[in-house]
Amino acid sequence: MDKKGSQRVRHGVQALWAFLSNSYLAGFAQGRIYQGKLKNLCVPGLNCYSCPGALGACPIGAMQAVIGSWNFKFAFYVSGFLIFIGALMGRLVCGWLCPFGLIQELLHHIPLGKKVTSFPGDKLLRKLKYAVLILFVILLPMFLVDILGQGTPWFCKLLCPAGMLEGGIPLALLDAGIRGAIGWLYAWKGVLLTATILLSILIYRPFCKYLCPLGAIYALFNPISLYRYRVDPESCTHCGVCAHACPMQVNPAETPNSPECIRCGKCVQQCPTNAIHR
Amino acid sequence: MKRPLPRWTGAGAAALGLLFMAYGLSRGEMEVVFAKAVKLCLECIGIG
Repeated sequence: MDKKGSQRVRHGVQALWAFLSNSYLAGFAQGRIYQGKLKNLCVPGLNCYSCPGALGACPIGAMQAVIGSWNFKFAFYVSGFLIFIGALMGRLVCGWLCPFGLIQELLHHIPLGKKVTSFPGDKLLRKLKYAVLILFVILLPMFLVDILGQGTPWFCKLLCPAGMLEGGIPLALLDAGIRGAIGWLYAWKGVLLTATILLSILIYRPFCKYLCPLGAIYALFNPISLYRYRVDPESCTHCGVCAHACPMQVNPAETPNSPECIRCGKCVQQCPTNAIHR
Repeated sequence: MKRPLPRWTGAGAAALGLLFMAYGLSRGEMEVVFAKAVKLCLECIGIG
Protein backbone atom coordinates (compact mmCIF):
# COMPACT_ATOMS: atom_id res chain seq x y z
CA MET A 1 0.00 0.00 0.00
CA ASP A 2 1.40 3.44 -0.86
CA LYS A 3 2.09 6.13 1.71
CA LYS A 4 -1.19 8.01 1.21
CA GLY A 5 -3.19 4.79 0.97
CA SER A 6 -2.67 3.78 4.57
CA GLN A 7 -3.78 7.17 5.84
CA ARG A 8 -6.88 6.87 3.65
CA VAL A 9 -7.59 3.52 5.28
CA ARG A 10 -7.18 5.12 8.71
CA HIS A 11 -9.49 8.00 7.83
CA GLY A 12 -11.95 5.48 6.46
CA VAL A 13 -11.91 3.53 9.72
CA GLN A 14 -12.30 6.76 11.70
CA ALA A 15 -15.25 7.86 9.58
CA LEU A 16 -16.91 4.46 9.66
CA TRP A 17 -16.60 4.19 13.45
CA ALA A 18 -17.82 7.78 13.90
CA PHE A 19 -20.87 6.94 11.81
CA LEU A 20 -21.57 3.58 13.45
CA SER A 21 -21.27 4.95 16.98
CA ASN A 22 -23.57 7.87 16.10
CA SER A 23 -26.03 6.09 13.84
CA TYR A 24 -29.23 6.66 15.80
CA LEU A 25 -30.67 8.67 12.95
CA ALA A 26 -34.10 8.96 14.59
CA GLY A 27 -32.39 11.18 17.16
CA PHE A 28 -31.41 13.70 14.51
CA ALA A 29 -34.84 13.50 12.90
CA GLN A 30 -36.77 13.99 16.14
CA GLY A 31 -34.39 16.06 18.27
CA ARG A 32 -33.96 13.46 21.01
CA ILE A 33 -31.28 11.08 22.27
CA TYR A 34 -31.06 7.30 22.12
CA GLN A 35 -32.24 5.61 25.31
CA GLY A 36 -31.67 1.98 24.47
CA LYS A 37 -29.56 -0.69 26.17
CA LEU A 38 -26.38 0.08 24.21
CA LYS A 39 -25.96 3.09 26.45
CA ASN A 40 -24.88 0.72 29.20
CA LEU A 41 -21.63 0.47 27.25
CA CYS A 42 -18.88 3.02 26.83
CA VAL A 43 -17.38 3.83 23.45
CA PRO A 44 -13.58 4.04 23.46
CA GLY A 45 -13.25 7.59 22.09
CA LEU A 46 -14.54 11.02 23.06
CA ASN A 47 -18.18 11.00 21.92
CA CYS A 48 -20.82 12.92 23.87
CA TYR A 49 -23.74 10.75 24.93
CA SER A 50 -26.01 13.74 24.38
CA CYS A 51 -25.31 13.66 20.66
CA PRO A 52 -28.70 12.79 19.12
CA GLY A 53 -27.07 9.97 17.19
CA ALA A 54 -24.88 8.53 19.96
CA LEU A 55 -25.47 4.86 20.71
CA GLY A 56 -22.97 4.49 23.55
CA ALA A 57 -21.79 6.34 26.62
CA CYS A 58 -18.85 8.72 26.63
CA PRO A 59 -16.25 7.20 28.97
CA ILE A 60 -15.19 10.57 30.39
CA GLY A 61 -18.78 11.63 31.00
CA ALA A 62 -19.54 8.21 32.47
CA MET A 63 -16.53 8.40 34.78
CA GLN A 64 -17.64 11.76 36.14
CA ALA A 65 -21.19 10.47 36.57
CA VAL A 66 -20.07 7.55 38.71
CA ILE A 67 -17.48 9.54 40.68
CA GLY A 68 -20.08 12.26 41.26
CA SER A 69 -22.83 9.86 42.32
CA TRP A 70 -23.84 9.84 45.96
CA ASN A 71 -23.10 6.13 46.42
CA PHE A 72 -19.84 5.57 44.54
CA LYS A 73 -16.63 7.55 44.63
CA PHE A 74 -14.46 5.34 42.44
CA ALA A 75 -15.58 4.25 38.99
CA PHE A 76 -14.38 0.64 38.72
CA TYR A 77 -16.51 -0.19 35.69
CA VAL A 78 -15.42 2.80 33.61
CA SER A 79 -11.82 2.78 34.86
CA GLY A 80 -11.65 -0.93 34.14
CA PHE A 81 -12.91 -0.34 30.61
CA LEU A 82 -10.30 2.38 30.02
CA ILE A 83 -7.51 0.27 31.53
CA PHE A 84 -8.54 -2.69 29.37
CA ILE A 85 -8.70 -0.66 26.15
CA GLY A 86 -5.54 1.24 27.03
CA ALA A 87 -3.65 -1.94 27.80
CA LEU A 88 -4.71 -3.44 24.47
CA MET A 89 -4.03 -0.48 22.21
CA GLY A 90 -2.99 2.70 24.04
CA ARG A 91 -3.57 5.81 21.97
CA LEU A 92 -4.43 3.78 18.87
CA VAL A 93 -7.95 4.77 19.95
CA CYS A 94 -7.04 8.43 19.42
CA GLY A 95 -5.64 7.78 15.98
CA TRP A 96 -8.29 5.39 14.68
CA LEU A 97 -11.49 5.47 16.78
CA CYS A 98 -12.12 8.97 18.11
CA PRO A 99 -14.72 11.02 16.20
CA PHE A 100 -13.52 14.29 17.70
CA GLY A 101 -9.97 13.50 16.67
CA LEU A 102 -11.20 12.89 13.13
CA ILE A 103 -12.96 16.25 13.06
CA GLN A 104 -9.77 18.05 14.10
CA GLU A 105 -7.76 16.19 11.46
CA LEU A 106 -10.22 17.12 8.73
CA LEU A 107 -10.09 20.76 9.82
CA HIS A 108 -6.29 20.65 9.66
CA HIS A 109 -6.51 19.76 5.98
CA ILE A 110 -8.09 23.16 5.25
CA PRO A 111 -5.39 25.15 3.42
CA LEU A 112 -5.65 28.35 5.46
CA GLY A 113 -2.87 30.07 7.35
CA LYS A 114 0.59 28.79 8.13
CA LYS A 115 0.51 25.40 9.82
CA VAL A 116 2.23 25.46 13.21
CA THR A 117 4.22 22.36 14.12
CA SER A 118 5.96 23.63 17.22
CA PHE A 119 6.11 26.75 19.40
CA PRO A 120 7.67 27.75 22.74
CA GLY A 121 5.76 26.13 25.55
CA ASP A 122 4.40 23.25 23.47
CA LYS A 123 6.10 20.61 25.64
CA LEU A 124 4.80 22.14 28.85
CA LEU A 125 1.30 22.55 27.45
CA ARG A 126 1.20 18.80 26.67
CA LYS A 127 1.12 18.21 30.45
CA LEU A 128 -2.05 20.28 30.78
CA LYS A 129 -4.29 17.39 29.76
CA TYR A 130 -3.15 15.43 32.82
CA ALA A 131 -4.10 18.36 35.04
CA VAL A 132 -7.50 18.53 33.29
CA LEU A 133 -7.99 14.82 33.96
CA ILE A 134 -7.08 15.03 37.64
CA LEU A 135 -8.89 18.27 38.42
CA PHE A 136 -11.98 18.38 36.21
CA VAL A 137 -12.72 14.68 35.70
CA ILE A 138 -11.76 13.28 39.10
CA LEU A 139 -11.38 15.78 41.93
CA LEU A 140 -14.09 18.33 41.21
CA PRO A 141 -16.89 15.79 40.63
CA MET A 142 -15.72 13.93 43.72
CA PHE A 143 -15.46 16.83 46.16
CA LEU A 144 -17.59 19.66 44.83
CA VAL A 145 -20.93 18.12 45.66
CA ASP A 146 -24.43 19.31 46.46
CA ILE A 147 -26.40 18.73 49.63
CA LEU A 148 -27.22 15.18 48.47
CA GLY A 149 -23.57 14.34 47.88
CA GLN A 150 -23.86 14.45 44.09
CA GLY A 151 -21.18 15.98 41.92
CA THR A 152 -21.32 17.72 38.54
CA PRO A 153 -19.50 16.64 35.37
CA TRP A 154 -17.19 19.65 35.46
CA PHE A 155 -15.13 18.69 32.42
CA CYS A 156 -18.25 18.24 30.33
CA LYS A 157 -19.77 21.41 31.69
CA LEU A 158 -16.84 23.79 31.39
CA LEU A 159 -14.29 22.40 28.94
CA CYS A 160 -15.56 19.82 26.50
CA PRO A 161 -16.06 21.14 22.97
CA ALA A 162 -17.26 17.75 21.70
CA GLY A 163 -20.49 18.00 23.68
CA MET A 164 -21.17 21.37 22.14
CA LEU A 165 -20.48 20.22 18.59
CA GLU A 166 -22.22 16.86 18.82
CA GLY A 167 -25.04 17.75 21.18
CA GLY A 168 -25.41 21.45 21.94
CA ILE A 169 -25.62 22.70 18.37
CA PRO A 170 -27.77 19.93 16.81
CA LEU A 171 -30.21 19.91 19.72
CA ALA A 172 -30.52 23.70 19.76
CA LEU A 173 -31.32 23.56 16.05
CA LEU A 174 -33.87 20.78 16.53
CA ASP A 175 -35.56 21.74 19.80
CA ALA A 176 -37.21 25.09 20.58
CA GLY A 177 -37.13 24.39 24.32
CA ILE A 178 -33.38 24.03 24.29
CA ARG A 179 -33.01 27.13 22.13
CA GLY A 180 -35.01 29.05 24.71
CA ALA A 181 -32.70 27.95 27.52
CA ILE A 182 -29.48 29.17 25.90
CA GLY A 183 -27.43 31.38 28.19
CA TRP A 184 -23.90 32.24 29.22
CA LEU A 185 -22.69 28.65 29.52
CA TYR A 186 -23.77 27.95 25.95
CA ALA A 187 -21.91 31.06 24.83
CA TRP A 188 -18.78 30.01 26.72
CA LYS A 189 -18.83 26.54 25.21
CA GLY A 190 -19.43 28.12 21.82
CA VAL A 191 -16.27 30.17 22.29
CA LEU A 192 -14.34 27.02 23.27
CA LEU A 193 -15.62 25.13 20.27
CA THR A 194 -14.83 28.01 17.91
CA ALA A 195 -11.32 28.28 19.34
CA THR A 196 -10.82 24.53 18.92
CA ILE A 197 -11.99 24.68 15.31
CA LEU A 198 -9.77 27.64 14.44
CA LEU A 199 -6.75 26.18 16.21
CA SER A 200 -7.29 22.83 14.49
CA ILE A 201 -6.85 24.53 11.14
CA LEU A 202 -3.42 25.79 12.22
CA ILE A 203 -2.26 23.12 14.68
CA TYR A 204 -2.67 19.37 14.27
CA ARG A 205 -5.16 18.05 16.85
CA PRO A 206 -4.73 20.81 19.48
CA PHE A 207 -7.44 19.40 21.78
CA CYS A 208 -5.82 15.97 21.72
CA LYS A 209 -2.39 17.39 22.44
CA TYR A 210 -3.23 19.84 25.21
CA LEU A 211 -6.65 19.24 26.79
CA CYS A 212 -8.15 15.79 26.24
CA PRO A 213 -8.38 13.84 29.50
CA LEU A 214 -9.18 10.64 27.60
CA GLY A 215 -5.99 11.01 25.59
CA ALA A 216 -4.18 11.58 28.88
CA ILE A 217 -5.47 8.25 30.21
CA TYR A 218 -4.59 6.27 27.10
CA ALA A 219 -1.19 8.00 26.92
CA LEU A 220 -0.22 6.32 30.19
CA PHE A 221 -0.64 2.95 28.51
CA ASN A 222 1.34 3.59 25.32
CA PRO A 223 4.59 2.18 26.78
CA ILE A 224 2.92 -1.07 27.87
CA SER A 225 0.06 -1.68 25.47
CA LEU A 226 -0.03 -4.96 23.58
CA TYR A 227 -0.23 -3.01 20.29
CA ARG A 228 2.98 -1.04 20.13
CA TYR A 229 5.75 0.03 17.78
CA ARG A 230 9.22 -1.46 17.68
CA VAL A 231 12.26 0.06 16.01
CA ASP A 232 14.80 -2.37 14.57
CA PRO A 233 18.14 -0.90 15.69
CA GLU A 234 19.96 -2.68 12.88
CA SER A 235 17.78 -1.11 10.17
CA CYS A 236 17.37 2.36 11.69
CA THR A 237 19.84 4.88 10.26
CA HIS A 238 18.60 7.78 12.44
CA CYS A 239 17.84 9.73 9.29
CA GLY A 240 15.06 11.69 11.03
CA VAL A 241 12.40 11.05 8.37
CA CYS A 242 10.03 9.53 10.94
CA ALA A 243 10.37 12.49 13.31
CA HIS A 244 9.75 14.90 10.45
CA ALA A 245 6.68 12.95 9.33
CA CYS A 246 5.13 12.69 12.81
CA PRO A 247 2.20 15.09 13.19
CA MET A 248 2.41 14.82 16.99
CA GLN A 249 6.10 15.87 16.99
CA VAL A 250 7.28 12.55 18.39
CA ASN A 251 10.67 11.16 17.40
CA PRO A 252 9.75 7.48 16.85
CA ALA A 253 13.39 6.43 16.44
CA GLU A 254 14.03 7.56 20.03
CA THR A 255 10.64 6.94 21.67
CA PRO A 256 8.52 4.67 19.47
CA ASN A 257 5.87 4.35 22.20
CA SER A 258 5.85 7.93 23.39
CA PRO A 259 2.72 8.94 25.36
CA GLU A 260 2.12 11.53 22.62
CA CYS A 261 1.97 8.97 19.81
CA ILE A 262 -1.54 8.40 18.45
CA ARG A 263 -0.40 5.42 16.35
CA CYS A 264 -1.42 6.99 13.05
CA GLY A 265 1.30 4.95 11.31
CA LYS A 266 2.82 7.78 9.28
CA CYS A 267 6.28 6.99 10.63
CA VAL A 268 5.91 3.35 9.66
CA GLN A 269 4.93 4.33 6.13
CA GLN A 270 7.63 6.97 5.70
CA CYS A 271 10.62 5.07 7.11
CA PRO A 272 12.97 4.48 4.14
CA THR A 273 14.48 1.33 5.67
CA ASN A 274 11.22 -0.13 7.08
CA ALA A 275 12.81 -0.07 10.51
CA ILE A 276 9.58 0.64 12.40
CA HIS A 277 7.30 -2.33 12.96
CA ARG A 278 3.87 -2.68 14.49
CA MET B 1 16.48 4.39 23.35
CA LYS B 2 14.99 2.94 26.56
CA ARG B 3 14.33 -0.79 26.68
CA PRO B 4 10.67 -1.51 25.99
CA LEU B 5 8.61 -2.83 28.88
CA PRO B 6 7.83 -6.56 28.68
CA ARG B 7 4.57 -7.66 27.09
CA TRP B 8 3.26 -9.17 30.29
CA THR B 9 2.77 -5.65 31.68
CA GLY B 10 0.17 -4.95 29.00
CA ALA B 11 -1.48 -8.32 29.45
CA GLY B 12 -1.51 -7.85 33.21
CA ALA B 13 -3.04 -4.38 32.89
CA ALA B 14 -5.70 -5.75 30.53
CA ALA B 15 -6.55 -8.46 33.06
CA LEU B 16 -6.71 -5.86 35.82
CA GLY B 17 -9.03 -3.79 33.67
CA LEU B 18 -11.36 -6.74 33.23
CA LEU B 19 -11.34 -7.38 36.98
CA PHE B 20 -12.17 -3.75 37.66
CA MET B 21 -15.01 -3.89 35.15
CA ALA B 22 -16.40 -7.05 36.72
CA TYR B 23 -16.25 -5.52 40.19
CA GLY B 24 -17.85 -2.32 39.00
CA LEU B 25 -20.62 -4.27 37.30
CA SER B 26 -21.22 -6.31 40.44
CA ARG B 27 -21.81 -3.23 42.54
CA GLY B 28 -24.19 -1.61 40.10
CA GLU B 29 -22.04 1.07 38.47
CA MET B 30 -23.32 0.26 34.99
CA GLU B 31 -26.79 1.34 36.07
CA VAL B 32 -25.38 4.74 37.05
CA VAL B 33 -23.70 5.05 33.63
CA PHE B 34 -26.92 4.06 31.88
CA ALA B 35 -29.04 6.45 33.93
CA LYS B 36 -26.75 9.33 33.02
CA ALA B 37 -26.33 8.41 29.36
CA VAL B 38 -30.05 8.13 28.56
CA LYS B 39 -30.94 11.49 30.10
CA LEU B 40 -30.06 14.62 28.18
CA CYS B 41 -26.92 16.00 29.79
CA LEU B 42 -27.68 19.69 30.09
CA GLU B 43 -24.17 20.45 31.32
CA CYS B 44 -22.66 18.72 28.28
CA ILE B 45 -24.72 20.70 25.76
CA GLY B 46 -24.09 24.05 27.41
CA ILE B 47 -27.45 24.60 29.04
CA GLY B 48 -26.89 23.89 32.64
